[in-house]
Amino acid sequence: MTENHERRPDEFSLELQLIANEMRHDIITMLEAAGSGHPGGSLSCADIMSVLWFGGVMNYDQTTPKSDGRDVFILSKGHVAPALYTAYHKLSWVKGDELLTLRKLGSRLQGHPDSTKLEPVEVCTGSLGQGLAIANGVALGFKLDAQKTQEAPRKAFCLLGDGEMQEGSNWEAIMFAAHKKLDNLVAIVDINGLQIDGPVDEVCSLGDLRAKFEAFGWHVENADGHNVDELLRAFDAVSAVEGRPSVILCESVKGKGVSFMENQVGWHGNAPSAEQAAQAIAELDAERDRLTAELEEVRHGN
Amino acid sequence: MATRATREAFGETLIELVEEGLDIVAVDADLAGSTTLAKFGAAYPERMFDVGIAEQDMIGVASGLSLTGKTAFTSSFAVFGTGRCYDQIRNTVADSKLNVKICPTHAGVTVGEDGASHQMLEDITLMRVLPNMQVLVPADYQAAKTAVRLAATTDGPVYVRLGRHKVPEVYTDGFEGGLPYAHVIREGSDVSLCACGVEVSHALAAAELLEKKGISAEVIDVFSVKPLDEEVILTSVAKTGHVVTCEEHMVWGGMGSAIAELLAAKLPTPQAFVGMSSFGVSANGDLLLEHFGLDATGIALKAEELLAR
Repeated sequence: MTENHERRPDEFSLELQLIANEMRHDIITMLEAAGSGHPGGSLSCADIMSVLWFGGVMNYDQTTPKSDGRDVFILSKGHVAPALYTAYHKLSWVKGDELLTLRKLGSRLQGHPDSTKLEPVEVCTGSLGQGLAIANGVALGFKLDAQKTQEAPRKAFCLLGDGEMQEGSNWEAIMFAAHKKLDNLVAIVDINGLQIDGPVDEVCSLGDLRAKFEAFGWHVENADGHNVDELLRAFDAVSAVEGRPSVILCESVKGKGVSFMENQVGWHGNAPSAEQAAQAIAELDAERDRLTAELEEVRHGN
Repeated sequence: MATRATREAFGETLIELVEEGLDIVAVDADLAGSTTLAKFGAAYPERMFDVGIAEQDMIGVASGLSLTGKTAFTSSFAVFGTGRCYDQIRNTVADSKLNVKICPTHAGVTVGEDGASHQMLEDITLMRVLPNMQVLVPADYQAAKTAVRLAATTDGPVYVRLGRHKVPEVYTDGFEGGLPYAHVIREGSDVSLCACGVEVSHALAAAELLEKKGISAEVIDVFSVKPLDEEVILTSVAKTGHVVTCEEHMVWGGMGSAIAELLAAKLPTPQAFVGMSSFGVSANGDLLLEHFGLDATGIALKAEELLAR
């Protein structure tokens, strides 16, 4: 975080956007090589993942997976494993060539995150509706540790999808987190509006998610899931909350960054062909060049 | 003879383990009084969490606690503590090999008057089929103390099946050593009665009945259903040539099936299954054991039929 404060804010946000762009590039490359997987939700959460991992939000040692004293990240929407792997790639915890082994026999990069195969992964996820309860336990455990050390408790972060909020188990976890006043727990919901069978509002509407979380006793922030400045502000706001857990509701676009995938329910769980991947990469490269030029101008311009 | 329920060993053994320096926490789902975790909670309130009537959250919270380095025990009644949260146990606990110990109470038909909804008869099967999960079914209070200790000191997921029904003392003390563990309690030469949990004392009584009819029965307490103590079981069955498996559980997929799998592969042997093949009903627990042929008389009858085949 210290390093970041020395930069101009617009420079920092452009860097985070470039990281998200790089993640999207990796996601497309991986999924094309795998021939299966989930591009839509991986792309929709890339900006959130960029801010979480590289925006100074989570406390961890970038040189070592599972470093002592780290904050813990639980990917409840485990099907977007590629998005997690690209963060690990950016940290050099996974090498570039290894990304191409996604979903292949013998790979550490399982279709859904597997902590027994890939060290940085905290816990196996993939069955929806399980991550938040796990994050509850992590936050509770950190509070218990903090009672002994008298230090501020470490934090648990949990990324969920909006379709996943239909799982009743999440509401058990939401109730318990508020009851236990887990102010070291931050949930992020990536609200891309689509699930396998169609728009969330048509399959089974979540209603007013903000009102629901508030009624359960949570602190709620809203953010544009593709605006890194809004995301940074939201994470900053929740870090000051005491006595209750926080959630950041992020409105996003499923398939964000690839024109033909955006808002298309069919891209939930289908990998792009070589041709489609090439088009996606071309679009992402153009966006990268635009962001790079902008960054150059911010750094060296007037 | 003194009778005690296996659940009575649960909360108090956890207290001993914390006193001995183990970093143990427990999570219950509104049944702490019944599971005896309330006792643990009274001794160590900061280590005890009650999530309310939310078994899925119970397993998730325990999983998260284990990620912070603690050995996490969960409870509830066996029907809710395994069935309601099976997906969490499968996908989070077992797949991730977490240090979470699933120790629900009120297993089996001996729960009695509450009836079928509360009589868990499939838990051994559900837990046994999960990779990385070990399954312990203690026969009495002392064996339950040992089971809880072994769960705490064995790395990874462990299931301990505990009951509410008061059972006669089989062991005067706990036992040392690791897993697998099966124990020949009574030696015999004509038939091996392999029993677990509540059924161990009934198998012992059945051996007495059989002796009066000139049949020599060997009784084995199959304490660890997974891993199975193959050596003890195969040695006994090689000697007797007949096996009756006795469990307060469905005959499909439980301890009897585990032994059938072992024998089919290594020592094909005529086998009879004492167990349940329907949901239970409301009545006194002892009466239900008799009603469903799970008592000494029922076991002896199955053994005689097997030997007459």
